[in-house]
Amino acid sequence: MGELAAFIILSVITLASAVVVVTSGNIVRSALSLVPTFLGITGLYILLQAEFVAGIQVLIYAGAITVLILFVIMLTEGGTGLRTRQVNEQVPLGMLAAAVLALILIAVFSGTEWPKASGSLPQYTAAPIGEAFLTSAVLIFEITSLVLLVSLMGAIIIARRER
Amino acid sequence: MQVGLTHFLIVSALLFCLGLYAVLTRRNAVAILMGIELMLNAANVNLIAFNKFTAPGALNGQVFALVVITLAACEAGVGLALVMAAYRNLETIHVDEINVMKW
Repeated sequence: MGELAAFIILSVITLASAVVVVTSGNIVRSALSLVPTFLGITGLYILLQAEFVAGIQVLIYAGAITVLILFVIMLTEGGTGLRTRQVNEQVPLGMLAAAVLALILIAVFSGTEWPKASGSLPQYTAAPIGEAFLTSAVLIFEITSLVLLVSLMGAIIIARRER
Repeated sequence: MQVGLTHFLIVSALLFCLGLYAVLTRRNAVAILMGIELMLNAANVNLIAFNKFTAPGALNGQVFALVVITLAACEAGVGLALVMAAYRNLETIHVDEINVMKW
């Protein structure tokens, strides 16, 4: 019962602030509404017993990416963006596409019988995740670190002021 | 009533469609990047929900979600650097006004 209530509250927080993100004409308000969206998703992760991923989500999404987006908004024109049009002429088509996709996905998800697995997650997931990253997923780990290095250099070179 | 896999899948589907709507209709490149972040988060919720409900013995879903979060941070960094470069050269970040291939 408590789990269901927590799920409903977290989903409403996530989806309501996501609606503000996509519809608000004030771009700063959109960026700040990302924070409750990400924190609601963090709560969903905790409901799914993924505490380590939840901590990383707070650190990277709610902390770093939101601040990065706010910095770019402040460094570019227009400030809040209230004086300029924020949406293009595809609003009805975009709404239609999103609604149709949502209906199809919900119909498929509720019509499918998913396989049920027995067993349970380990009580603390951080240690098994670290072990997986250094044994079975070590190639993914190394390649991800390479991608991080490349994107770091790429971002510096692209954003650098040319002389 | 028990919270099952379908509930999480429906929430993530709605979140994905909201992100898709932002990507399709926004003019501001930063707002489009926000929509992409919402879509990546929806994918992560799916990965972790499937991990818990259909394969709880292995932690591959959570490992994948961590990799996706890392790559989303890369994507945000490079994407926002591109927005800064476009703003410096073209003095606009509205994607429907960026229509030259050579400056």
